[in-house]
Amino acid sequence: MAEKAVKGAAVGVTNRLMPIVVWKASIAVVLLVSASFNTYSATLPPDTVDVMHHQYDGGGMKISGPSVLVRKGVGSQVSLSAHYYVDTVSAASVDVLATASAYEEERTELSGGVDYLVDKAILSAGYTNSSENDYEANTAYLSVTQDFFGDLTTLSLAYARGWDEIGQRGLAKNQWEDKELNSYKIGLTQVVTKEAVLGLNIDVISDEGKLENPYRKNRYLDAASAEGYSYQDELYPDTRTSTAVGLRGAYYLPYRASIALDYRYFVDSWDIRAHTYMASYSHAFREHWIFETRVRFYQQGQAEFYSDLFPFSDSQTHVARDKELSKFSGMTYGLGLSYQLQQGAVPLIDRLQFSLLVDYLNYDYDNFRDVTASGYQAGNEPLYELEAWVTRTSLIAEF
Amino acid sequence: MHNLVRIFQYIKVQGLLGIILCLAMLSAGGLTGCADLKPWVKPYERDKLADPIMNASRHGYASAYMDHVYQARESSRGGEGGKGGGCGCN
Repeated sequence: MAEKAVKGAAVGVTNRLMPIVVWKASIAVVLLVSASFNTYSATLPPDTVDVMHHQYDGGGMKISGPSVLVRKGVGSQVSLSAHYYVDTVSAASVDVLATASAYEEERTELSGGVDYLVDKAILSAGYTNSSENDYEANTAYLSVTQDFFGDLTTLSLAYARGWDEIGQRGLAKNQWEDKELNSYKIGLTQVVTKEAVLGLNIDVISDEGKLENPYRKNRYLDAASAEGYSYQDELYPDTRTSTAVGLRGAYYLPYRASIALDYRYFVDSWDIRAHTYMASYSHAFREHWIFETRVRFYQQGQAEFYSDLFPFSDSQTHVARDKELSKFSGMTYGLGLSYQLQQGAVPLIDRLQFSLLVDYLNYDYDNFRDVTASGYQAGNEPLYELEAWVTRTSLIAEF
Repeated sequence: MHNLVRIFQYIKVQGLLGIILCLAMLSAGGLTGCADLKPWVKPYERDKLADPIMNASRHGYASAYMDHVYQARESSRGGEGGKGGGCGCN
């Protein structure tokens, strides 16, 4: 029902947009990653204060804000954690400019978690809420991590469930639509030698409900329009199931440095297939410093119902022109510098680490055109490119 | 890969019950017998592996943040791990 209301919305009104919607949708996934695989072995994490400032700047989007994570042990078997996170968004991306107006908004996310150590296993559970005027996201997770085979192998199993409510500016709350997420994760870490470790992570994630972004549009040829095309609302299938298999190898070099290689294969029920490759090198110098650099390459195919320009209105059952569903590739080049003090250097603090991390992202789209370029016939606009800088400043104290 | 997808779709069908069963088996020590194996890397030989330079999650939440960045830009999701894999985001 709400979908019909959405369909009737006029193109060109002040709108919000996409990356933030995807961001919210990914909470459960990221939560699992950060929650369940933080150690080579099943030991409780230390008491920690982790403060970060993040900034994303690219493609007309600026997203920044703080993150504060506090972790405290209770007795020898329990560790509690709380996380506060803010995104302050200023958006004027190509998607916004195409069919709407720039906007600003803020999103706050709160999480709580508990880890319970039992023999060689850690049982973990947690909950996250993210709330704002047009989106509500709740996610719960449960995981277990267990050492075996002489503590050289660590197995992790995790399950997360998400309940999202997707609204739209001007839409009454009783017309918001639901989305449910189920996420299953298996992780295996194997110590191979005194210098090498291998990791395998498999995620199966299933979504059901309203999966399209209510603010995004797709376009079709329309001779009656001055531009040669008109816009219509996105319409995706109601379900999506994806599988990702990630492999990682890390090796400690003969001097105090490490090299790590990552590969990930991704496939989903929308016929999107993707490959991710990453190489990282970290190098310690002058006792307290670590320099790091990384290169990442990503390549994906398009969803089966994606098109930059459909031949006519409602030309097929499902229609999408979301650039994240198009065919594209991307490179990331990253640099980082960390300063670390170990136990004894600062009273009461076992480890203190300050880091500055800067990444440059560049995406080349193969079949998503920049409609903000003027003077082109429909379908002949230049292909879109996106550049972004991501800066993270982090201070971690362990007690 | 399609077989893999089917296997995990089957796991999904089994739902939370299967996951809870796995958790219960593990926590009850279903695999602890394996812990008696002689480790070929002794605990005191893990100083290099324990060095933060080998830890993909050494930046704490800043490591997980990159997953947000990539997931907002790309269709892929999952397959990352802390120690097991790289982190990626919006």
